[in-house]
Amino acid sequence: MPIQTMKGALRIALLVVIFFAGVWSHSSGLIDDFLWYLPDVQYLMGEHIWLTAMSGSLAILVAIPLGIVLSRPSMARFAESLMQVLNVGTTIPTLAVLALSMSFLGIGTLPAVFGLFVATLLPITRNTYTGLKGVNPALMEAAAGIGMSPAQRLFKVELPNALYVIFAGIRTALTINVGTVPLAFLIGAGGLGELIFTGIDLYDPVMMLSGAIPTALLAIVVDALVAFTAFLLVPRGVNPARA
Amino acid sequence: MIRLDNLTKVFETPKGPVVAADHISMDVPSGEICILLGPSGCGKTTTLKMINRIVKPTSGKVLINGEDTTGMDTQTLRRNIGYVIQQIGLFPNMTIEENITVVPKLLGWDKARYRERARELMAMIAMDPDAFLKRYPSELSGGQQQRIGVARALAADPPVMLMDEPFGAIDPINRAVIQDEFLKMQQALNKTIMFVSHDIDEAIKMGDRVAVFREGKLVQYSTPDDLLAAPKNSFVESFLGEDRALKRLNLVKVRELVTDEIATVTPGDTLETALAKIEDFGYQNSILMVNERRQPAGIISRSLARTTKGYCRDHFQTVPAVIGLDDDLRKAASLMFAHDTTWLPCVDDEGRVCGHVTQRAMTSHLGARFRTRQGDTRNPDPAIKE
Repeated sequence: MPIQTMKGALRIALLVVIFFAGVWSHSSGLIDDFLWYLPDVQYLMGEHIWLTAMSGSLAILVAIPLGIVLSRPSMARFAESLMQVLNVGTTIPTLAVLALSMSFLGIGTLPAVFGLFVATLLPITRNTYTGLKGVNPALMEAAAGIGMSPAQRLFKVELPNALYVIFAGIRTALTINVGTVPLAFLIGAGGLGELIFTGIDLYDPVMMLSGAIPTALLAIVVDALVAFTAFLLVPRGVNPARA
Repeated sequence: MIRLDNLTKVFETPKGPVVAADHISMDVPSGEICILLGPSGCGKTTTLKMINRIVKPTSGKVLINGEDTTGMDTQTLRRNIGYVIQQIGLFPNMTIEENITVVPKLLGWDKARYRERARELMAMIAMDPDAFLKRYPSELSGGQQQRIGVARALAADPPVMLMDEPFGAIDPINRAVIQDEFLKMQQALNKTIMFVSHDIDEAIKMGDRVAVFREGKLVQYSTPDDLLAAPKNSFVESFLGEDRALKRLNLVKVRELVTDEIATVTPGDTLETALAKIEDFGYQNSILMVNERRQPAGIISRSLARTTKGYCRDHFQTVPAVIGLDDDLRKAASLMFAHDTTWLPCVDDEGRVCGHVTQRAMTSHLGARFRTRQGDTRNPDPAIKE
């Protein structure tokens, strides 16, 4: 049993280290330093969430219908080339997108929401499109042969079967979105980026971390939330998580 | 009834137009199964799919029960035609019940009615409603899935069904079971069915009529028996295979050629009586011994009867095999080969002897058909308009 013993010992050692780290951070006043930023974090996090929610929901509202339209057979001729344009669009760094939207829309919330919207749009559109295109052609033939109208086919067969892939797109997009919002501070839109960038400028790691750590936590929470929504909404028969 | 009138499909390809179906005209009478048979790329599937407009006809008409479907709304047309495909195509996001009730829902049935119908259909395909209705397609085996596929097509009780190689993806053992079940259902349902297959054995087993296709043309349209006995040209002949005479064994029931005159002995008879009867009736090897209810009890062999004295009850051998009146000749032949015998006693449903079938009778029955056919001038089948 030496491995078992080793594992136990390591676990105890880890707990000891954490305990002393806690003791040290308390006695050195580090926790108090962080707590000092708490009101700022609360306020900026509100802004941060608002930016994500705004740009994210706008992107979902536009991207899913766009993906659906592109996947229609009548659009087949343009769809692939349009998807290529979107793919190229994805490679443009988000910072550049924000800079571009600033040069058109000025400074503040509006260009930030727009820039974030563009960055979030692409993964969702792409996943909606590929998800719908990936639905087994046999299902489509059966649905048509049974006498479903094109709309019934879309809502009863295609979307439910593509939903898992669509949600994967939303999950990626929103997680990226949360991580990108700090950049919005650079064009004057607020959010936790304010603490991060100011902290960097002032060589103040505590300030920087009190922006960075909540951002990271927020990304994890958003990811989990979307995953949970997918778990609930994707029908059981096509949901790998509930198989 | 389904009538195809000069149905034609031309696909435009970069290499020029390809005629997938060339002026197909045929009638399928109500309540019959018509098999569209042929090698891949022969136009059988295209023809089938033009009936429910999955493939849009280039020209020609489809009439269902005398009504031209050309002007009909596509969705209405399809909801009144059952459709089963090889890939099954159950919707994985729906439960079995939801899958089965899709069409009734589209047709606006009320909930109580379509739920009742789902249970009825499950009983029809011999699957337990309580165990399966709430499950998802991915939890079922391939054979079970295709049973559900058939149930879904039957849900709204359409008069016409189209089946595109429905049992092609199922393993051979399950396929035979499903085919039998389906035939039994069809006896009660009497649907008019178009059924695509590339399997000659399936065509002979399932079809009331068989339409053989080649390169977009309907080559021969006749009953399976006619097809096997009188293939119209060398293509059909080679497609049917060199053992086509043997395949006809499947089509003939023992009832059709049983000789009901059979001499038997009882356990109380002496071997002398047995020998006398064997001689009288000209049997070569043996005679059947029956009990008081006329059930086969044993065999008295001729050599034994000649050399031994005593009663039949002390000197019989077991009956190697018996055959029922509704079994086909294939089974009869197989039993004869297995037991090295040239005749089999036939029994009715209660197991009483009602005649016998001999190898001689079988060969002459099959041969008679071939001889008359060779005699005539091979008139083109009237069902096919050139």
